[in-house]
Amino acid sequence: MGQTLYEKVFDRHVVREVTPGQYQLLAGLHLLNEVSSPPAFEALRERGLKLRHPALTFGSSDHSISTSGQTDDFADPMAAQQVRAMGRNMAEFGANYFDPAAGEHGIIHVVAPERGLTQPGTVIVCGDSHTSTHGAFGAIAFGIGTSQVRDVLASQTLLMEKLKVRRIEITGTLAPGVYAKDVALHVIRVLGAKGGIGFAYEFGGDVVDRFSMEERMTLCNLAIEAGARCGYVNPDQTTFDYLSGRDHAPRGTAWDRAVAEWQRVRSDEDAAYDDRVVLRADEIEPMVTWGTSPDQSVAVGGNIPAAEGDVLEFMGLTEGQPIVGMRIDVAFIGSCTNGRLSDFEAVAACLRDRDLHVAPHVRALVVPGSRRVREALVARGLDAVFRDAGFQFRDAGCSLCCGMNADRLEGREVCASSSNRNFRGRQGSPTGRTLLMSPVMVAAAAIAGEVTDARQFFGAAQ
Amino acid sequence: MSRNDTRIHRIAGRGITIHGDDIDTDQILPARYLKAITFAGMEAHAFEDARAAAKAQGGEHPLDQMRFAGGSVLFVNRNFGCGSSREHAPHSLHRLGIAAVIGESFGEIFAGNCVAIGMPCVQTDTETIAALQRINETAPQTEFVLDLVGQTISAGDRVFPVSLAQGRRQQFLEGTWDPTAVLLAAGPLIEQTLAELHGRG
Repeated sequence: MGQTLYEKVFDRHVVREVTPGQYQLLAGLHLLNEVSSPPAFEALRERGLKLRHPALTFGSSDHSISTSGQTDDFADPMAAQQVRAMGRNMAEFGANYFDPAAGEHGIIHVVAPERGLTQPGTVIVCGDSHTSTHGAFGAIAFGIGTSQVRDVLASQTLLMEKLKVRRIEITGTLAPGVYAKDVALHVIRVLGAKGGIGFAYEFGGDVVDRFSMEERMTLCNLAIEAGARCGYVNPDQTTFDYLSGRDHAPRGTAWDRAVAEWQRVRSDEDAAYDDRVVLRADEIEPMVTWGTSPDQSVAVGGNIPAAEGDVLEFMGLTEGQPIVGMRIDVAFIGSCTNGRLSDFEAVAACLRDRDLHVAPHVRALVVPGSRRVREALVARGLDAVFRDAGFQFRDAGCSLCCGMNADRLEGREVCASSSNRNFRGRQGSPTGRTLLMSPVMVAAAAIAGEVTDARQFFGAAQ
Repeated sequence: MSRNDTRIHRIAGRGITIHGDDIDTDQILPARYLKAITFAGMEAHAFEDARAAAKAQGGEHPLDQMRFAGGSVLFVNRNFGCGSSREHAPHSLHRLGIAAVIGESFGEIFAGNCVAIGMPCVQTDTETIAALQRINETAPQTEFVLDLVGQTISAGDRVFPVSLAQGRRQQFLEGTWDPTAVLLAAGPLIEQTLAELHGRG
């Protein structure tokens, strides 16, 4: 019987079994942010410990950073303190830092892949739950807490239990106007926000095989919203083509050896899975969340279902009403879910030469996931497309996804958002409301001023 | 037991019940408090928005209810602590005096974070959780005793089964739930694993 990629990669990183079922696992790459790492560095200082492998440790300030264009422009002294602490820790312990002062910053889950740090067959950890993103490359990548960040800083290892593996195949053809985000929201709706507890999700099938790396990242990013600690796609030619030539990718004969090894870590044809699910692509439509858990979503043409508790009251919705027509106040395109070049290109293609404009009552933000994404957009002239349509074209960061910087909802504002969580309070206001959808659906809502079916709204442009 | 004894065999205390599935870490500890660079004082913000919302509606969140004051065993339902990996969330509960969480299931990162700070999250079935929450709510003075050796929780003469993954249980029983020293003890084995890994690619 063959093995899954998960088992192969896990086994290759096992240092030893510490207690029954608990393994000391090596982290091949440790990513850091300014939120979860400062108390971990503090713990190292208290215990007189060093950073064991600085060369495998990379940090970025993304959650608290200002997207105003001046990265040191902090309205909040605590955010300023946090980013300063990050820079100080990176320098003192000798870790690699994507320094905002040098314009290298961005969301760590956007920056690491674009620099070629995220590679197949690697265990990747970061004190952030959306670390699952890196699974798009056939890495086993998962979020950890601050105590584990401390452990990895000190020992390059952490204690882990093995997960089960569920293979999820998406087969068939996606209709035009249906994106990786919709596939992910569909998976979450079908399997539930807690359906993945105890599992790693292996995504496959011909739809995923045809996905670009950026689409695979969107899908794996949302694995955690399905309850799965990590999600991954087996590495293939698409993966290798993406990685080739990037800053940290191997070169020359080392590249050939690496590709051969990456081929070997793919799940075997006869691998045994703990569960298998097949979903049909032609059943997937553009999705919109209507509630406060990412599995509370409907196809854009659908109506609000019955719900337990006070969720509909919180959202200001009633059972049976269509989601289309829900008025929005804010539109956000960005985040580690949908803040990459192709996300913005898809939106720009809908806006270009159309004389469309953001509705007067809507505040609309376009926030590139990294400085490099931003520079690429500017080089293509797409910043002007967004600005002309009335979107703010901002600097890189987590921005309005997480409510930890100056970009936030006020009061009960409704936000059409390309981000990953619709939890209460997530976007910075305890009563703010989040509707998750694809970037193109967000753009359509921004212009219409309400939730609308982007396929009809933009017509053939998309 | 010596003062430095970190072993956790048994946790006794009165209970607090918070009902609801899918209570995420954004609810437990709102993101705006993640900007602190230490966990000190985090307890002041546990469930802050939910507490304010309950108050605005003329009610009281369980953490504010007098009947639960001083409780140290938290009873929850399904998928408690899902979402963001923030360790600030378990710290806020732990610093509030919670010593153990009993639920039907937990967000995985949350449950792991709880181990690392010495606060076990133990599981039991739907009916048992309902029974424990009922006891806690109808007789809030009841003292619960969580026994990690026998994997039970008792309320007076009623005893219920609970479970905790064997490895984690052993960490609590042996006092190695803060694993940094254990991990560092592997020393050369860590470097050997790393060298083998790099030798493959």
